[in-house]
Amino acid sequence: MKSKLKPYIINTVAIIFTYVILILLMQTGIINSYYEGIVISIGINIILATSLNLATGYLGQLALGHAGFMAIGAYASAICTSMMNLPDLLQLIVSILIGGIFAGIFGILIGIPALRLKGDYLAIITLGFGEIIRVVILNMKITGGARGFRGILPLTSFNSVFWITVIIVLIIYTLINSRHGRAIISIREDEIASEAVGINTTYYKIFAFSLAAFFAGIGGGLYAHYYTVLDPASFGFMRSIEILIIVVLGGMGSLTGSIVAAIILTILPQLLLDFSDYRMLIYSILLIIMMIFRPQGLLGKTEFSLTKLFKITPNNKERSE
Amino acid sequence: MALLETKDLGINFGGLRAVGDFNIKIEDNQLIGLIGPNGAGKTTVFNLLTGVYLPTEGSIYLNGENIVGKKPYEIVQKGISRTFQNIRLFKDLSVIDNVKMAFHHKMNYSIGAGILRLPYYWKEEKEIHEKALDLLKLFNMEKLAYATAKNLPYGEQRKLEIARALATNPKLLLLDEPAAGMNPQETNELMKTIHFIRDKFQIAILLIEHDMGLVMGICEKIVVIDYGIIIATGTPEEIKNNKKVIGAYLGE
Repeated sequence: MKSKLKPYIINTVAIIFTYVILILLMQTGIINSYYEGIVISIGINIILATSLNLATGYLGQLALGHAGFMAIGAYASAICTSMMNLPDLLQLIVSILIGGIFAGIFGILIGIPALRLKGDYLAIITLGFGEIIRVVILNMKITGGARGFRGILPLTSFNSVFWITVIIVLIIYTLINSRHGRAIISIREDEIASEAVGINTTYYKIFAFSLAAFFAGIGGGLYAHYYTVLDPASFGFMRSIEILIIVVLGGMGSLTGSIVAAIILTILPQLLLDFSDYRMLIYSILLIIMMIFRPQGLLGKTEFSLTKLFKITPNNKERSE
Repeated sequence: MALLETKDLGINFGGLRAVGDFNIKIEDNQLIGLIGPNGAGKTTVFNLLTGVYLPTEGSIYLNGENIVGKKPYEIVQKGISRTFQNIRLFKDLSVIDNVKMAFHHKMNYSIGAGILRLPYYWKEEKEIHEKALDLLKLFNMEKLAYATAKNLPYGEQRKLEIARALATNPKLLLLDEPAAGMNPQETNELMKTIHFIRDKFQIAILLIEHDMGLVMGICEKIVVIDYGIIIATGTPEEIKNNKKVIGAYLGE
């Protein structure tokens, strides 16, 4: 029992340590407000990437419409905030939850027809749905159309992004290591065999897909309340691809991989700002080199584990904690 | 009442009649062989029984309940489990995880309990971990429990697939060419394993096999099909001397 607790203690300490360091750096001014913005972007990208990893890495379904769910979450939560007047933190939580729920509902609606298909067909159909969502938003009155949705209260702060990111990553991690997560992974491994051992594959496909959409919606909600302006053009196809690149680079089926890749791929474009003309070129070349030398992504399907690092794995029965 | 009974089961693929008028009765704890030349429709029968294909006509009764139209996973939960002609393991997962997958429908903790890791989660996870290890022990595979499934030797992969099928707690086990690609010694070992499973788990087994030595050696009853139609049923002795069967295999 005692050894079971150890990984939890280590990871809790690590999370709090990261948090305290970041807070200290902010208060001493080493991380100025510009860098703080990057840290918040990293958090949002981690949420988007880990949620897409659930659908693409663990469930094994190539989905290219993640920006669409993010857009639904962003707009739904922004509209929610504009209509309600609660205390800041409560308002943010209520809004992003509503954004997540809307995105999740659309995840179910889109998932039911789309998940009948596989591989490239699924990629194209989700791409289509993603674009439909963007075009519908572009033409609706309540969303402000092409002018964009302005004047959203800036409720997202470093604190809220940090803790919401931590919670979402933990939820996905423990889910994946439960019987339901095993069922999701079995679909990636072999759908026919999965059904042949008594797993309701349709249910788990739609569940994982809509849960991924739900978290993407929350990510969108945080995005909306940070940038305070929403423009349909920023939720296009390229955004979906950017999220997918993070997942692929980090390793499909590795949450820690997604986190590392989200950090690298959010900071990298900023570092390359000095080479403005060659920025995208360098970025692309890095991706190509990465795919040639490590096609499975930074971490492949494995997880980086502090517990393993300190060599106090409680028993080799457990998966990496 | 028979464990499994089919009545005039048939399926057409377009204009092709793959299986027709298929009547079979399987009693508890019986070991039955299903043989026939290539393309006779043996695997199609398996796919009908497990719900992969919807029959064009006829019915399938499992313990008196018609299971036609049920989804494959529902039929597994009702007690028919199978292996595949070309092994279908969860290749990149460990051996024990492969077996654990099959316990899924017998576990009860909810998604919430799994995410929050409530005591119930730990209890059930521990239980199935032990159950899975016990099952692997029966097949002398406990040492391989943490190996990746795709790295196992061929014979072990076959055994693992059978172990996984057994983990779903079936009443009837369908084995699709379990000895395919095995050398005589491995086949011999497999025969023993199949016998052992039948006695240990008290289940009925329906087996497709081309290796006549194996089929004749262990089956109590053999069903022969050709062009989707049953041409003979009987004991191994009767089948060996059946003119129709010899005709189907060797030509007249």
